[in-house]
Amino acid sequence: MQDFSSVERGRYLATAADCGSCHTIPGSDHPLSGGRPIETPFGVLVAPNITPDRETGIGAWSDDEFDAAVRKGVRRDGKRLYPAMPFPYFARMTQEDVKDIRAYLSTIEPVHNPVAVNQLPFPLNQRMAMTVWDTLYFTPGEFREQPDKSKQWNRGAYLVEGPGHCGACHTPKTALGGDMPDKRLQGYTLQGWAAPDITSGQGPLADWSADDLAQYLKTGHNRFAAAAGLMGEVVELSTSKVSDDDAKAMATYLKGQSGPKPAADSAAESHVMAAGGAIYQDLCSACHKSDGSGVPNLIPDLAHAATVSTGDPTTVLRVILQGAQSVATDQEPTGPAMPAFGWQLNDAQVAAVATYVRNHWGKAPPVSEDEAKKERAQLDARTN
Amino acid sequence: MARKLPRKDVVIVGLGWTGSIMAYELADAGLDLIAIERGPWRNTATDYPPGYAADELRYRIRHELFLSPSQTTFTFRHKMSEAALPIRSWGAFMPPNGVGGGGVHWNAETWRFLPSDFVLKTHLTERYGVNFLPEDMTIQDWGVTYDELEPHYDKFEYLCGTSGQAGNIKGTIMDGGNPFEGPRARAYPNPPQDQPFGHALFGKAARDLGYKPFPQPSGNMSRPYQNPLGVRLGPCTYCGFCEWFGCGNYSKASPQTTVLPALVRKPNFTARDNSEVTRINVDSSGKRATGVTFVDAAGDEWEQPADLVVLSAYTIFNVQLLLLSGIGKAYDPAANTGVIGRNFTHQTTSDVVSFFDPAKFVFNPFIASGAIGMCIDEFNGDNFDHGPHGFVGGGYMGHVQTNGRPIETTPVPPGTPLWGAAWKKAVKENYQSAIKPGTGVHGSMYSYRDVYVDLDPAYKDRFNRPLVRITMDFHDNEIKQNKFLTDKFAEIFQAMGAKQVHKEYRKAPYDITKYQTTHLCGGAIMGSDPTTSALNRFLQSWDVPNLFVLGASAFPQNAGYNPTGTVAALAYWTADAIRSKYLKNPGQLINA
Repeated sequence: MQDFSSVERGRYLATAADCGSCHTIPGSDHPLSGGRPIETPFGVLVAPNITPDRETGIGAWSDDEFDAAVRKGVRRDGKRLYPAMPFPYFARMTQEDVKDIRAYLSTIEPVHNPVAVNQLPFPLNQRMAMTVWDTLYFTPGEFREQPDKSKQWNRGAYLVEGPGHCGACHTPKTALGGDMPDKRLQGYTLQGWAAPDITSGQGPLADWSADDLAQYLKTGHNRFAAAAGLMGEVVELSTSKVSDDDAKAMATYLKGQSGPKPAADSAAESHVMAAGGAIYQDLCSACHKSDGSGVPNLIPDLAHAATVSTGDPTTVLRVILQGAQSVATDQEPTGPAMPAFGWQLNDAQVAAVATYVRNHWGKAPPVSEDEAKKERAQLDARTN
Repeated sequence: MARKLPRKDVVIVGLGWTGSIMAYELADAGLDLIAIERGPWRNTATDYPPGYAADELRYRIRHELFLSPSQTTFTFRHKMSEAALPIRSWGAFMPPNGVGGGGVHWNAETWRFLPSDFVLKTHLTERYGVNFLPEDMTIQDWGVTYDELEPHYDKFEYLCGTSGQAGNIKGTIMDGGNPFEGPRARAYPNPPQDQPFGHALFGKAARDLGYKPFPQPSGNMSRPYQNPLGVRLGPCTYCGFCEWFGCGNYSKASPQTTVLPALVRKPNFTARDNSEVTRINVDSSGKRATGVTFVDAAGDEWEQPADLVVLSAYTIFNVQLLLLSGIGKAYDPAANTGVIGRNFTHQTTSDVVSFFDPAKFVFNPFIASGAIGMCIDEFNGDNFDHGPHGFVGGGYMGHVQTNGRPIETTPVPPGTPLWGAAWKKAVKENYQSAIKPGTGVHGSMYSYRDVYVDLDPAYKDRFNRPLVRITMDFHDNEIKQNKFLTDKFAEIFQAMGAKQVHKEYRKAPYDITKYQTTHLCGGAIMGSDPTTSALNRFLQSWDVPNLFVLGASAFPQNAGYNPTGTVAALAYWTADAIRSKYLKNPGQLINA
């Protein structure tokens, strides 16, 4: 028998866990029916159908089988899941919460959609290897509250480390794709975007208050930054739909995470800065203003937008070359976009202006012409 | 044979200012609606980003954002006795195209009309007697009053974040604003824009002459703004690429920067771009619209059934669709019968170009915005006694120079050679110290029996439909009005210390090749009498009650202001009537 409050809790948790992002093809009329390719450092995986279709979805699974997949990374046939499914995070969820998600998933439209999940090359297509991986990188066990911390902090910790699986993108990975436990949330680059350091010690979010973070999660915008790319998708599908209290709890927890000081100050060469500054005033200042401060909730403040000053320049280069569409949400429907400049600026000019915006207001390392060239080539090869 | 699409509650024809406003209001009321737009979808960052938005050749000279005459055009003649010829390159006005319509490339001059403008015939007749008006002048009252429209003006100004200085709040005259404006409920949402040197100097000279100058109300933001729909705009950078251009940095009020981001989030709203509506369909009684027929970019024909049809294309295209669909009786100027096509008007503008001593005056004309400027309203509407002057009407006048763009902004003193070294030398000498306001005298054009539009008997468009034929010329009343206003305008530049003032009066015949404004008005006018108006006071068709026709086509005559504020206020007024009256009891809202 279905219990409405259980289904409703499950719907909320499935949103907080952003299941739809991977398990739905963007724009599809059939939510959670799978088929979206997930880019990993090792190759492409395709998210399976998790609608209640008995043949091609999870309709025939028992609750225990569902729980084993979500929290232990073990498929119904006993084989191991690849960690593109963030089960190492979902392991922190309570059994009750996962059961509620299952209850919700049982209520959505069943879609018959067979998905060929594994398109990895040999030997990675051998799921046996995952047993070794799990031994190295997977720690089972539900989240345990820390009694010396506030209720809000603990709720935030649960959401960030559990369903929210923030570290799946923001925590640096080993060569085998496992989280580096001593560098939690300190930034990682995946799917063509640099997910910045979101600790709050001395990194790019040092000046963000918990309210700034919560506003960003809820609306995609704040006085400093705008969510675009993968984070725009996370905001659109997940964090903008969590409650104000939960957004604040996540922000509170993140603000409590200490992190390292960014790489030592590295001043750029003066002629590069002069060129970058000239390009900046010509092309960028109309929106971002001459001093880089932007317009709150509309145009990012370049001194405080984490993706600008994070160590890896991937995102800043990508946005300059290709432009970026920021997310539109109910509270901030504007969805302003940054135009592409790749057609207008050569690699040296892109590197110069990237160096200028990173080095003039912050102290992020300079960007070389070669990096700009590589990023341009990678973007040309991308299909998204 | 057109293929039939699933029925909608509402079909909206044209997704510019009025279509966007109406779509938002009706989507908000829960109706299932579709908007069909002839041109492409347009977005700031992808269609006119700062990297090339300021391309004068592309946008100003080659008209990128406008309708291409190869898509459709109009024929033009001055007199009913002449044969009309097709316009092959836009001149006197610029028909918009694409999502956002004229709201993408307008200056954002956001005016309200005077209270007397809405009761013009009654007002002028009472003050001057019926014999004061020219015999063939066909001006009318609108059927709606300023006081009724005030909340809707207000709504549009707060949607846009209009920057300005109120002149009359609830009857209290405010220093620094326009003392002639009708009473407003509250101040503008944003303070006025900063005025550059020349514009400020004009204000001072006007004040010294005894006038009450005020900053032009502007949809260019004086500061960051979030409107009631939650949509944000950034502060204007005074780049001077506004009129004829899309704003690259979210600083100019347009459907894209005020309504569309909120509208596209509504699940009951859909839009089709690159699709041209060719006909409004009516049932066999001829009294009920059943939807529209349109042609998509592939040339395929579709029928979109709907319970309610909202026509919100550009003035002249509204009239064209009514004529082609046989809705309402076509105007016959000879018999003086019929309504569709009558009371067609434009604007009566002129300019004064002033030359100052370059050693003493450096105006930096490139520091500007689309609606920058200091204006006076002493000679607008009936703000002055017309008795001694023998004409009616008027306009605001102001130093409203919006740019120093290099291709077009080359004022040289009269007598300078038109090309060569002497011309170049004069351009260089005068560029920083000359003032060319553009349409500094923004006069009204009232309506006449022989100024109208109908279907051309000879020329057809790409769908083999007759083109619209414009029959238009200036009448003596407007020429006198312009002479009087232009002389007054020139006096202010004289007072500023110009060493040479060159008056460019507007003269007959009407010149279809020379830009005035894009403010074509009338042709499907509102009013109280079905024999002289196409629409009732709610912009509802007298003949087909489930058809509403928005836009300046409803103006019985044009006033001495830019029309967008009034166009938008009427759209909100109509939306309110549909929501509060029509939906409860669909049918004719006025018994005439």
